[in-house]
Amino acid sequence: MRASLSTILIKRGVARRSATTILAQNVVRGRGFCNDSAGSGASSPHNVEKTLDCEESDRMKGRPAQCDIAIVGGGMVGLALACALSSKQLTKQLSVAIIDNNPALRSRNYLKKDNIPDSRVSTVTPGTISFFKEIGAWEHVQQQRHAFFDKMQVWDYTGLGYTRYNARDVGKDYLGCVVENKVLCNSLLLSLLKEDYQPIIYPARLHSMTFQRKSSPDGISIDQEDTIKQNLSGKASSGNNTMQQTQPSNSVKLDLSDGQGLYAKLVVGADGGKSRVRELSGIKTTGWNYSQSAVICTVEHTAENHCAWQRFLPSGPIALLPIGDNYSNIVWTMTPEGASHHKSMSEEDFVKSVNHALDYGYGPHPQSGSLDHYVENLFSGSRFGAQSTKEGFEVPPKVINVVSERMAFPLSLMHAYDYASKRVALIGDAAHTVHPLAGQGVNLGFGDASDLAKIVAEGVLLGADIGELSLLKKYEKERKAANIAMMAILDGFQKAYSVDIGPVNLLRAAAFHGAQYIAPLKRNIISYAMGEQKWPLAL
Amino acid sequence: MALRSLRLPRDLCKTLRLLHRTPLQNPNPYSPYSPSPSVASAYPSLLQWRSRSDAAPQIPIKESGEEGKGGSGSDSFASSLNPAEVAKFAAIAETWWDSEGPFKPLHLLNPSRISFIRSTLCRHFRRDPYSARPLEGLKIIDVGCGGGILSEPLARLGAAVTGIDAVEKNIKIARIHAASDPLTASIEYCCTTAEDLVRLNKQFDATIALEVIEHVADPSDFCRSLGALTAPGGATVISTINRTLRAYATAIVTAEHILNWLPKGTHEWSKFLTPEELVMILRRASFSVEEMAGVFYNPLTGEWSLSDDISVNYIAFGVKQAS
Ligand SMILES: Cc1cc2nc3c(=O)[nH]c(=O)nc-3n(C[C@H](O)[C@H](O)[C@H](O)COP(=O)(O)OP(=O)(O)OC[C@H]3O[C@@H](n4cnc5c(N)ncnc54)[C@H](O)[C@@H]3O)c2cc1C
Ligand SMILES: C[S@@+](CC[C@H](N)C(=O)[O-])C[C@H]1O[C@@H](n2cnc3c(N)ncnc32)[C@H](O)[C@@H]1O
Repeated sequence: MRASLSTILIKRGVARRSATTILAQNVVRGRGFCNDSAGSGASSPHNVEKTLDCEESDRMKGRPAQCDIAIVGGGMVGLALACALSSKQLTKQLSVAIIDNNPALRSRNYLKKDNIPDSRVSTVTPGTISFFKEIGAWEHVQQQRHAFFDKMQVWDYTGLGYTRYNARDVGKDYLGCVVENKVLCNSLLLSLLKEDYQPIIYPARLHSMTFQRKSSPDGISIDQEDTIKQNLSGKASSGNNTMQQTQPSNSVKLDLSDGQGLYAKLVVGADGGKSRVRELSGIKTTGWNYSQSAVICTVEHTAENHCAWQRFLPSGPIALLPIGDNYSNIVWTMTPEGASHHKSMSEEDFVKSVNHALDYGYGPHPQSGSLDHYVENLFSGSRFGAQSTKEGFEVPPKVINVVSERMAFPLSLMHAYDYASKRVALIGDAAHTVHPLAGQGVNLGFGDASDLAKIVAEGVLLGADIGELSLLKKYEKERKAANIAMMAILDGFQKAYSVDIGPVNLLRAAAFHGAQYIAPLKRNIISYAMGEQKWPLAL
Repeated sequence: MALRSLRLPRDLCKTLRLLHRTPLQNPNPYSPYSPSPSVASAYPSLLQWRSRSDAAPQIPIKESGEEGKGGSGSDSFASSLNPAEVAKFAAIAETWWDSEGPFKPLHLLNPSRISFIRSTLCRHFRRDPYSARPLEGLKIIDVGCGGGILSEPLARLGAAVTGIDAVEKNIKIARIHAASDPLTASIEYCCTTAEDLVRLNKQFDATIALEVIEHVADPSDFCRSLGALTAPGGATVISTINRTLRAYATAIVTAEHILNWLPKGTHEWSKFLTPEELVMILRRASFSVEEMAGVFYNPLTGEWSLSDDISVNYIAFGVKQAS
C-alpha cells in the first residue's frame, strides 16, 4: 500500500509541469558586479560604485552582469516601474537594470518650456497624478510643460446634441492634465536619479533571452547535485557571500544588441506594443486593427485653450487637447487613406481641414443637449450625469497653424493572453494597446507599473524569489481585472463596474460609444468582456 | 493557466457533493459537522503525509516525564524518527519545488506562515518590520526543512539559516535549489535530527518546525529537543494540524474515500495535537506560547490567510523562558 501511495504521488509530480527547475550546466558562472547588492546583504547595498551606463570593470572583462530586475524598455511605463521600485523601502535595495537605447534616457535636465510642444502627448488621470506624486515624479512634471484643463465638450457632427463638463460641476479643480510623453519620461528619469539610488541603464536593445532549461519533468534531478554540492561544502553557516561562484540558474539570461549579456531574476517587458520580451517568452496576443489611423500633431491658436474638445465625425472622432500656451494637440481618427492624405497635404490645407472638422464642416452646431441625454443614459448611475448641461455649446478655438510634424499611426487593440510567465512580466503597451482617443492609453500602463512594484514589494516582504510565477500571477490577476473593467467602461459596460477613473474617461467612453463607427471594436470588446472565461469576469 | 488550476478543486467539489448524498460513505454520519468541500479539496496533499502505519489511537502527551530537565543529559533525547514517515518523504523528495506537485499545499501555505514568522520574530527581536532583511544576523534552524521551501525565504529575509531533515534526499534537493540564488546559497543544510544537534550542543536564536511535529515519534521529546536548541531568550515557531472533527472529516473524506490513498479507518488523526496540548508540551519544554493563529483556506480566492480559526491548521509562537 505504501508503494502504491508513492507511485501515485510520483505520477502526480511527473504529470505536472515542473515549476522550478535547476540548470546545472550551460550557465556561465559569475557574480553580480554592476551592482552586487543582491549578494552582499542589506547592510551595504549601495557601497558599490555605480555608473549610469554600466561600464564597469567586470563588463569590460566580458563577464555577464547579474541583477534582480531587468526592465526592457525605458519608455514612460518602464521608467515608472523603476521609479516605483526605487521609492519603496522594501524594493529600493533591489538591483535594477533598464535596457533601452533611446537617447532620451541620457537627459538630466528639465526640458525647456518655450519649445514647441511635442505631438506625442498623454492625458493623465488623477490616479496617475497621485501615483506620480507618490514616486516623486510629479514635482518634476510641474517644472516642465503640462496643461490642466477644467472643461470638456463632446458633440457630434449631426448637430443633434452636445455634452459639456466643467470641473466645478463635479467638485474638482480640473478634469485632467495633458503632458507631453517626453516630459513624463524625463520627470520619471529625474526622480529615479536620486542620490542614494541609481539604476543601471544599458543603452542597447534586447536581442534574445535564455530561460532555464527544464531538467526533468518532475523537478530537480538528484544527479545534478554533485555539480553544485562543492559550492556548499565547508561553507560557514553565516551569510558569507563574498566571491560566490553560484550559478544563476534562477535567472534569465538576456543578450543585448551590443553583445553584452545580463542575468536577471525577473525580466519586465516594458518594450511597447511590439514587445520583444513578449515574443521571446512565447506569450500570445489577441486583438485587431481598426482599419483606422490617427493623425497627431501640435497646432496653434490665437489664445490659450483650457478645454478638451472632441467631435464625432463620420470617419471617426477628432480631439483637440490643450497643451499649454496657445497650443493644442490633435488626435484625429480617420481611414488610413485619409490619414496619409492629411499627412501629406500642405499646412494651409491641413489647418483648413482641421477647422472644418472642428466647426461647421459636416453639419450644424448642436442646438440642444440631446447628445447629453444619450450620454447620460449610457452613464446612468454615474455621478457625472446630471450636472453636465449647465453650459451652452461653444465653438472650439480656431486653429491658425500646425507647428509640428504630422504623424500618422495605425490603430489597433491588442491584449496579451498572459501578463506573466516564469520570470517575466509584461507592463504597459507590451501587455495591451488601446485606441489612443484623448491620449489615454498610457494610464493603464502606469497602473501596471504601480501594481507590479507593489507585488514585488510583497514578495520581498515574504522573502520570495521575485521571479516566482505564483507571485507574478498575482500581478496578472489584479491588472487583467482592472484592464477588462476599463475595456468594459469603454463600451458602456461601466454600469456593472464602479471603477472611478475620473471624468476624463467620460470623454473617451462617450467617444467609444459614439464610435459605432468603429464596429469591430465594439463587437470585440463585447466578446472580450463576455466570452473569455479566462478572465475573472463571470465570478 | 487559470482555468487549469481551477479545474481540480471544482472536480473535487463535485465528487464531494456526490459523496455527501450517499450516507453510507459519510465517514461520520453523527457528526454535526459537514466538511466544506472547498476546504477538503485543498487538503488532499497535506493529508497524504499522515501516517497510516498503526491505527491504534495514541495519546500524544507523555503522562510522566522529567519536566524542565531538557538538555541536561544527551541520553534523554530519544530519536524523533518515525521510519514510516521518513520513507514517505523520501519517496516524493524530487517534487519539493514543483509548486503544482504533491507539496503544493505547503507552497500555498508559505506566504501566511512567513507573515506570521516575520511579524512575531520582528516583534520579539525588536527588528524593523519594514526592512527588506529584518532577520539579519539571527541564527535560525528550520527543523524538518524538506526541500527548503521555508529555509529559503528566511535566508532572503536576512537570517543565517540551518536546515535539517531526516531524509537525505530532501537535503540534497534543498542544497541544489538554494545554490541557484546567491541570497540562499548561504543556507547550511544537514541531514540530521534535532536530538543529534542537541548532543552537539548547538543553539539558535529561533527554532522553527513547520508541519513536522505530527510526523515525529514523540512530540514531547521533540519539543524538548527544540527547547535545548533554542538559546535563552530565543523563540520557537511550530505549525501543525489540529485534532478536530473538522480535520478528521476532511482527512477521512479526501484521503480515504475519494483519493483512496489510505485504507479506511487508518488515520492517525488521534496523533494530531490540539493547540492546548501543544501549549502544554511546549511549556514542559520551557517555552511559553505567546501567539497563535489559524491558517485558513478561502475557497473563493483559493488563497490561504491567517485567521483566528485554529480548527484545522494552526501556527504557534513561543518564547524560551529563562530558567
Ligand atoms: C506612433 C504612436 C503615437 C502614439 N500617440 C499617443 C498619444 O498621442 N497619446 C497616447 O496616450 N498614446 C499614444 N500612443 C500610445 C502610447 O504611446 C503608449 O500607450 C505608451 O507610450 C506606452 O508606453 P510604454 O512605456 O508601455 O511603451 P513605449 O512608449 O512604446 O516604450 C517602449 C520603449 O521600449 C523600448 N524598446 C522597444 N523594444 C526594445 C528592445 N527590444 N530592447 C530594448 N528596448 C526596447 C523603446 O525604445 C521604447 O523606449 C501612441 C503610440 C504610437 C506608437
Ligand atoms: C510536511 S514536511 C514539512 C517541510 C517543511 N518544514 C515545510 O513546512 O515546508 C515534514 C518534513 O519533516 C521531515 N521529518 C519527519 N520526521 C522528522 C524527524 N524526526 N526529524 C527531522 N525531520 C523529520 C520529513 O522528512 C519532511 O521533510
